[in-house]
Parts: sequence; structure tokens; C-alpha cells
Amino acid sequence: MSTVEDVSATPRQTTARSGKPALSEGKRAERRLGWLLCAPAAIVMVAVTAYPIVYSVWLSLQRYDLRFPQDTEFVGLANYAAVLSDSYWWTAFATTMVITVISVAVELVLGMLLALIMHRTLVGRGLVRTVSLIPYGIVTVVAAFSWYYAWTPDTGYLANTLAGNSAPLTQYIPSLAIIILAEVWKTTPFMALLLMAGLALVPDDLLKAAAMDGANAWQRFIKVMVPVMKPAILVALLFRTLDAFRIFDNIYVLTSGQNNTSSVSMQTYNNLIKGLNLGIGSTMSVLIFITVAIIAFIFIKLFGTAAPGSDQGGKR
Amino acid sequence: MGNGTGRGRPPGRMAAVVGAGMLTAGLVTACGSDQGITLNLYYAPEDTFQKVVDNCNAQAAGRYRIVYNKLQRGADDQRLQMARRLAAGDKGLDILGLDVTWVPEFAEAGWAEEWTGANKAQAEAGVLPGPLATATWNDKLYAATKNTNVQLLWYDDRITPQAPATWDQMVGESEQLKAAGKPHNILFTGAQYEGLVVIYNTLVASAGGHILSEDGKSVVMDQGAVQALEILKRVTSSGITDPSLTNQKEDDVRQAFQRGNGAFELNWPFVYASYADEQPKDLAHFKWSTYPSVQPGVPAKTTIGGYDLAVSTTSQHKPEAFEAALCLRNRDNQKFSAVKDGVPPSLESLYTDNTPLDPAKPVDADNNPSMATAYPMRDTILAALKDAAVRPLTPAYQSLSTVISKVLSPPSKIDPQKTADELRSKLTDALNSKGVIP
Repeated sequence: MSTVEDVSATPRQTTARSGKPALSEGKRAERRLGWLLCAPAAIVMVAVTAYPIVYSVWLSLQRYDLRFPQDTEFVGLANYAAVLSDSYWWTAFATTMVITVISVAVELVLGMLLALIMHRTLVGRGLVRTVSLIPYGIVTVVAAFSWYYAWTPDTGYLANTLAGNSAPLTQYIPSLAIIILAEVWKTTPFMALLLMAGLALVPDDLLKAAAMDGANAWQRFIKVMVPVMKPAILVALLFRTLDAFRIFDNIYVLTSGQNNTSSVSMQTYNNLIKGLNLGIGSTMSVLIFITVAIIAFIFIKLFGTAAPGSDQGGKR
Repeated sequence: MGNGTGRGRPPGRMAAVVGAGMLTAGLVTACGSDQGITLNLYYAPEDTFQKVVDNCNAQAAGRYRIVYNKLQRGADDQRLQMARRLAAGDKGLDILGLDVTWVPEFAEAGWAEEWTGANKAQAEAGVLPGPLATATWNDKLYAATKNTNVQLLWYDDRITPQAPATWDQMVGESEQLKAAGKPHNILFTGAQYEGLVVIYNTLVASAGGHILSEDGKSVVMDQGAVQALEILKRVTSSGITDPSLTNQKEDDVRQAFQRGNGAFELNWPFVYASYADEQPKDLAHFKWSTYPSVQPGVPAKTTIGGYDLAVSTTSQHKPEAFEAALCLRNRDNQKFSAVKDGVPPSLESLYTDNTPLDPAKPVDADNNPSMATAYPMRDTILAALKDAAVRPLTPAYQSLSTVISKVLSPPSKIDPQKTADELRSKLTDALNSKGVIP
């Protein structure tokens, strides 16, 4: 994901970094040891992440279909042209974007409310926090199945009470809404958890001072809490946006991508795994990878999100 | 595995030695030096199929032992599991249970061994032509048919005393019933998946049309294919289908009919056993017929299903695997599976077989069934099988099916000529592994 150079270095390293050539023998040995100690982790990282990524880029440049092994050939960017000129891909892309934007926006509002409640609760604080975290603890596929049955006519209480005689999961807008609902239900607690950590950053003195100055609750929230919490809010948004963009399981269970509700991940699965078309499928994976990288870049550069591991607090 | 402890403590080392020993012993057994050969069969879950496997093991008299590895329930998952293993060169696969639509794919990918000589002759003997076609690719045999299947038209003779002969009649009757406020829906698998492709393929074949050319290399989509689109459109846009049509798969269709939500049901024969189980009182009124035809006077051609058995190219024991596969689908075992598990046999002679499972005892529907007691509709099934339609034979069938079900969904939005053109271009891409499948 968003790997950002670690600048929170120890003072000693800072000195070394400032470019003075005079490194003592001991320092150099220490450095060598440092590299040696890092090496296994670095090698493992290269083996399990870099190699598959490079390999999928290589596959995306070929016609490579497991069903036609003798027709394998290098086709350059033809797969990219095929995918990027296909209406199915763009429909899925738009659907994914709609789901991402709406669900993250709703989650931010609900998550903030939940965080404030959890932060302020005086009675049964542990219980309140535990209860609100339950949806996040349930396996997504399991939760998705309960939503599926709830919205299926005859078996489902929601379909029977709210949808009358129709089958909401067979129509475009209702099924999209149900997918978003399932996402929101499932991951709002995660959002709330991150935001609650941000709330803990807000000093009580600041709020008291603001109250003394005559700021009402809403002004205290907007003018004091939100600015202090900004890094936490942006990290929460970044995490959820990247997560939401890769949505798969809810859609797989609820609609299997029918009525144009397929997401890019779902479509990649259909081409790569189900269709055994390694060329087109890898092309899609690479495109998702690029999109995710762009989203992360936008968040970090434009909104100044503090990346995990950096303690710059968004002042980059 | 077993030697990963590496702490140097005696118990750990001991465990490692024991573990390694057991592992080696297992490998030796698998190689079958002394103990006989183990053949791994990968096949869909079928309730009584273990009995068939046991029969064949007894018959092999220790020369080999078949192990029945149950695949997942969903057909897509079954295919994926085998394809992944085979693509990785897994030598542990010997006999593969293939859905009838996968044979060209597995053959072309080099995963299924060709059947030749005496094995081929035995695998072909007495098999109905439709099922046999599903085991063939490029004029070569790549599998032995295990069982077949064909959809029928089911109806309730209290609502419609006679089965409609044509689609036009069926739609007309349904509309009349609707006007009279009676159960009127035409129920079929309208969800965006293979089931919708089966219906469409039946309509195309019945209209005398073609989706692909004979060799499976190019897209045809002729007048018959367009006519089939027109019928699908008409049936689904005139209010005579279930509101859940676009979410309904086989079992949903069955349940909807049993709930009294329809006048006609297009479905596989398994619905009869379920009906007998769940609504035995009404069973006498649950009737069947072959599919209604598209062209008056020309019988419908119904799409067949079923399973074939192939021998994996990665198998280390091919001669034994061929022999075992032949045993698993021989006459006795096909009959056993047919009456016990409800999978119609691919051998024609079994449809006129009147002896019960245990010929020494009298026929008894529960304890000693015969083809006649298990398949009261067997003549209808045989009639449908004799003039059956096969789904397009091509290695890219999976992609084709995904594209067809996507383009046809929801069926009420079909615009016949435009949809046909879209299908033609999308299917051509899919055949050339170029296009994106939705």
C-alpha cells in the first residue's frame, strides 16, 4: 500500500544521513549488521509481493489462456487496449466507484457519531464498545449471506416487510443500495474505532477553553475537534477507500455481479480464475493496482494524510 | 513438515523422525509398490456413489483401489478445483468427473487423455448419441459418459389437463389462466447464470438455429438464434413469469412450483423425487412432457446435462485409470446410480430395463426399485434424449456461457436483433480470449 520512507529516524541515523563522510569503523560494521538483519525480511517481501506483481505485469503483456496453451504469444499492450475499451470493465469501474464513494461517506458520518458516543459513554463503556464492534467481527461472507436471505422474498424478513412483492436483489438500484448497506453495516465500526483513536488526541483543556469562549457544541466539534483529529480522519478515509475499492465478497454473495453490480475485483476474478484467461485477468489486476496506487497518492499528496509509520501528522 | 521443530530437544527430534517416517510410508503406499495402486477420483458429491466405487474396488481384486475425492457442490467450484490442480501439474489426479460442457476445454488444455482402442469401443458402446457428443472434441473421444440429464416440462393437470405442444400455446394458456385469476406463471431458471443459457440453447436448437459453427471455431447466431431471443423476450415481458425470475435457479424454480406459484415448470427430473417427498398427496397430478416446440410439428430439441469421466494426463496409472473409469459407468453401476441417485443413465438399453436392482426379489419402489419405479417419466426422458441439443462445443464454453447469461439478463430487456448483434461480437471476442467476460 502506501509505503512512505521512514523519516522518524533516531538522532544517530540522522547524523549519518546528513552526509558527513567520516563514518567510524564501528559505525560501518553496525550498518552492515543492520543490512544483514534486514535482508531476510527484504528477501521475503520481494519473494511474496514483488515477484507476483512483476510476474502479473509480464502476464498482462501476453495472450495467455490456459485453455489454449498453444496460442500463447507476446501481444504488447493489446490486453490493455482490450480491457480499457470494453464497456463491461467501465461499468464495473463506475459501479465500484459509486459503492466506494457512497459507502465511505456514509461510514464517515456514522462512524463519527458512533465514535463520539463511544468516547463519551460513561455507563457500560466496555459493553457499548464491544457491542458496536460486533459487525466488524463477523466474517463478511457470513454477514453477506444473512443479508442475502433477509432480502430474498419468502425467506427474508426485510424483503417481506419492506419490499412488498418484489425481489430487490434482482434490480439494479435496490441491489446496489443493499450492497452499500451491507458494506456500511459491516465496516462502520472499523471507521469508528479509528476515529475514536483520533478523538483521544483532542485535549480536554482545548474543549474547555473553547466552551469558556462561548463556542457551542457544534462549533467546538467543527473548529476544535475536527482540525485536531484531521490526521486520524484522513487515515480512516484512506484505509476505508482502498478497502472499499477492492470490494468482492459482499457482491459475490448478494448478486454474483448480476444487474451490472459487478465490481472490478469481481470481474478480475471472473476473467482470471473462472475464465482461466491469465492475460486479460492479469491486465485487470495491474489496472486495479494502479488505481489503488493513484488513490493512495492523491490522499497522501493532496490531502496530506499521515501515512502509517510516519509521525509527521499530515504536514508533508 | 514433521522436521520443522529444529530446537534440538529430544522429543522434537523424535517427533520429526516419526513424522518423516510416516510421510515416507505414505508416499510409498501412494506409489503402490506392494500395496496395489491408488487411483484418485475427483467427482461431484453424489449420495450413493461411494457404493459404486466400492463395487469397482471389489471387482479390481486388489490391482488398484479407487479413492473417491468429493468435489464441491457448485459446478463452477468443481471445475476450478480440477483446473487449478491440473494447471499446476498435480500428479495425484487420475479420474476426473467432468460436467458435459467441460470436455473440450480439458481436452484442448491438454488435461484429459484421449480414449483409444478397446477402451474407446467400450466407452462408446450403447451410448445415446447426444451424451456421446459431449464426450467428444475434434472427432476424438476424451471421456466416457457417466450419466446424462434432460429437462422436461412439468405441469399440474388440475390447472392444465394437457401439456401445451408449442411455446405459443404455452404462452396463450398462461395468459388465459392469468385472466382467470389462476396460477399461471411459466417458471424457469432466469437468473444470470448457466441455467439461463440452457433455456436459451434449447430454444435456439428447437428453432433450428446455431450459436456457434459445427467446429466451435466461429460464431453463427443465425435466424433461429434470433427467433429464440424473440420467444424469451415475449415470455418474460408479458407478466407471466415469477417476480423473482431473474434470481431463480433450479431449486428456486422447483420450490416456486411446489408453492403453487406457477402453471408450468421447465426443469430437470430431480423435481419429481422432491415433489414425491414433500407433497406426496398431490403427486398424482404432477405431470410431465417433453419441452414445447418452437416450430409447430417439429419436436423440441432439449439441452442435455450430465457428467463424463476423463482420465487425467498427469495420472501415473493411466491403464488402470481407464479401466476404473469404465467400471464406474458400466451398465450395472449406471443403473444403480440412476435409481438410487436420480441421475439418468447414458446407456440407451437401461431405459427399457425392467428388472429391479436385486433381480431375485420382487420390485418394490422403496427397497428394490427398478427403472420403471424410479423413472415413471423414462419414456419421455428417452424421447427427449434421442433428439437432444448439445451446448456449443468449444474450449471457451465457460466464457461463452458467462457472456450469454450476461447479455440475456434480464430477459425482459432483450431487443432481439440488437441483442443478437451484441452476442455475435462479444462471443467472437470470447472465442479468441480477447474480450472481457463480465
